[in-house]
Amino acid sequence: MNFGERIPAIYGWGSYIPIYRIKLDDIAKAWGEDPVVVKKGLEVEEISVKGPDEDQVTIAINAAWNALKRAPEVNPKDIGAIYVGSESKPYAVKPTATIVAAAIGAPVTIRAADYEFACKAGTEALISVIAQVASGMIKYGLAIGADTSQSWPGDVLEYTASAGGSAFIIGPKSNSSVAYFEAQYSVATDTPDFWRRDEIKYPRHMGRFTGEPAYFKHITLAAKELMEREGFKPSDFDYFIPHQPNGTFPIRVALKLGFKIEQVKPGLLSPLVGNFYSGSSLTGLSRVLDIAKPGQRILLVSYGSGAGADAFSIVTQEAIEEKKKLAPTVDYYVNRKKYIDYATYLRFSNKIYGL
Amino acid sequence: MSMRGEVAVIGVGMTKFGEHWDKQLRDLFVEAALEAIEDAQVDLRDIKAMFIGNMGSGLWVEQEHLGPLLADYLGIPGTPSLKIESACASSGMAFRLGVISVAVGLYDIVLVGGVEKTSDVTHGESIHHLASVADREWEAFYGMTLPALFALIAKRHMKQYGTTREQLAKVAVKNHKHGSYNPKAQFQRPISIEDVLNSPLVADPLRLLDCSPISDGAAVAIIARSDIARKFTDTPVYVLGSGVATDTIALHDRDDITTFKSIVLAAREAYKMAKVEPKDINVAEVHDSFTIAEILAYEDLGFVKKGEGGKLIDEGVTELGGKIPVNTSGGLKARGHSPGATGIAQIVEIVLQLRNDAGKRQVSNAEIGLTQNIGGSGASCVIHIFGNKR
Amino acid sequence: MSVPKAPRIWQLAERRYRLIGTQCLKCGRVFIGPRKICPQCGGRELRDIELPKRGKIYSYTVVRNPPVEREKQGPYIVAIVELENGCKLTAEIVDCSPEEIDIGTVVEAVFRKIGEEDKTGVIYYGCKFRPVK
Repeated sequence: MNFGERIPAIYGWGSYIPIYRIKLDDIAKAWGEDPVVVKKGLEVEEISVKGPDEDQVTIAINAAWNALKRAPEVNPKDIGAIYVGSESKPYAVKPTATIVAAAIGAPVTIRAADYEFACKAGTEALISVIAQVASGMIKYGLAIGADTSQSWPGDVLEYTASAGGSAFIIGPKSNSSVAYFEAQYSVATDTPDFWRRDEIKYPRHMGRFTGEPAYFKHITLAAKELMEREGFKPSDFDYFIPHQPNGTFPIRVALKLGFKIEQVKPGLLSPLVGNFYSGSSLTGLSRVLDIAKPGQRILLVSYGSGAGADAFSIVTQEAIEEKKKLAPTVDYYVNRKKYIDYATYLRFSNKIYGL
Repeated sequence: MSMRGEVAVIGVGMTKFGEHWDKQLRDLFVEAALEAIEDAQVDLRDIKAMFIGNMGSGLWVEQEHLGPLLADYLGIPGTPSLKIESACASSGMAFRLGVISVAVGLYDIVLVGGVEKTSDVTHGESIHHLASVADREWEAFYGMTLPALFALIAKRHMKQYGTTREQLAKVAVKNHKHGSYNPKAQFQRPISIEDVLNSPLVADPLRLLDCSPISDGAAVAIIARSDIARKFTDTPVYVLGSGVATDTIALHDRDDITTFKSIVLAAREAYKMAKVEPKDINVAEVHDSFTIAEILAYEDLGFVKKGEGGKLIDEGVTELGGKIPVNTSGGLKARGHSPGATGIAQIVEIVLQLRNDAGKRQVSNAEIGLTQNIGGSGASCVIHIFGNKR
Repeated sequence: MSVPKAPRIWQLAERRYRLIGTQCLKCGRVFIGPRKICPQCGGRELRDIELPKRGKIYSYTVVRNPPVEREKQGPYIVAIVELENGCKLTAEIVDCSPEEIDIGTVVEAVFRKIGEEDKTGVIYYGCKFRPVK
């Protein structure tokens, strides 16, 4: 893809996952379901739960602070745009992006807005920031994907919908950037696989319809579009990071596209922390950046119900090694945990007050 | 010009402290005022001014402008009357201002009082209102409460000086014992150390029985120029010293939270004016909003060195029968703590002691008494020293 | 029931989010509150200063009798934290149980929800601190 002189690149990356976890065993027990069957179908062991004093805003900001730690050369006053993607903003009207702006010391002259496209709202935010950097409209931009994912009590989504998010500081490629974008392609169609009506607290979905006609179709379309247009084969990539609604879909779509399990595993977090919705594939990317070597190529393909997919080809650079230790890694957050039971989970998720 | 001995207390009165479901704020005040007026043998029309302490009438009963309200309900509208607020030190401060107004010759007979009605809201709302004595924006906003502030103080005091959990408990046990002799006290049953240690935690390490209640109540004193006091009473009690000081509103802005600078400075002024030293005090009412606060008071009033407050309670020195009985009324803990009224309630007790009118809790040969009243976590402090000889 | 309303929250919001205090240019002391006059030396020249996000616990307690706006949220830890530059402030300690901390424990700031007017009103945010491991 021809970005011209200003090739968009990542300067800082950061994530945040709340400390609380609930085991799928305990959710299944609460609903009288067989944990063995549930876990086998989803390949997820436990999921993250937001604390009572956390929400999508606090997750977004903690992730942004971590991204800033990894980009010490970026002055927050030089950030020209902040976009946040989510489907669980605490305000239906009032953007998280401006609260983020206030919390990082961004200037008053800034573009800011929130994005929605189910689980690919975060990558949509990233696309806008990339475009504004490439076009010269901004010096640096901040893109965030974060969610405190919702699910109907007792629905199968309850086993995977979890809380977390990641943030990325983007600027023009240089010796200080850690990874640059080679290409970006997206697909979108009107597909009713998963949705949430206005004023309804929890999303609904069409069960098995969310598979082939939705997740698999769109990820495949976007991935193939990028690879064909840019002349890549699966073996040209070191990592493949698809959206992670559970522990099985990402592996299936990877294998279908011709990738190997070793390319998917490094970015696969859902078995241990669940599905962060807009934060999901972006946190997979964050984890891969935590461990990648310079000169490696990443294919990131997010998926959003409704439906669409965003594909990115990213190449890591030398500067990445020095930056890794400047902020807590995804593994740090994955491994720090406190287990809670289902009753506490209901209280923390604000589900106990009903519909 | 020194204020020493210029003003005398000629009458006192107070309601029982506790939960007064059937009475309103104005009823409590009038009840205490009438008792004091009767005790002073003055005529209502003799009262030239009123200074009333109250912490949170606006918060608890949505009523401000207590000055005229209470003059009106006392039957003397037109009388100069002012509400004074300094958190839990409100009525101690009101007393000081009343004394000053008499000492400078503005008025000859003045009513000073305090009143608070807190039981008309839920417990959680009371905790919220009480937190307004701290820094609302930088302490209460973040979840700090008044008991929590004293818990932080207790933790540091225990770490820095080795003060123990048992020593704190002994303060509550002593004050409950004293309270059992006081018919106006909210709690009149004695408790044991085990009772304190088994009571539920409020803010670690402070437990329920480490904390004074939040009570309804009113207390009133009638003061007069000393040279006319004997027209009304054979036992005037003279105000020998008065001291006031403030400290930073937030506990986190202080250099050492195991001492209350406001007490140290106020005490210095009061002792100087009264021309007495700590060792001259025969009986004292101190502000035991929490047991740790009494320990701190022993030290900051100069009864012992900093850090040795726990030793003093161990030695029984501050119990009735000891060398310097403290809180013979039962203190805030057992007598009750009506934030706006506590200051004057302390003065009522010292006046009774110095008049030999304290019944079962009389301290023998009490000649010099001290009251110490603080607001919040010690951001304000007012101290008075009394004597039965001018 | 009185809880902060939108303008009062907004007046201090950015200071709370970014941990901005004031420093006296005359005596150097740093305060958490926005000050025009230094309470230590009386100096009149003070500037805003971004405070370090790390410190240690100066004292703490567990609040079990909460004010009405924090009812039903369970006991919480509140502390005075002494930041690396000496400035002290009041904050909750989170992501740990009381047994895991003591006076002197090193802590760092995290961005959290402090409260809200009510379910339909403005949410207010600020910093809490968690033990650093």
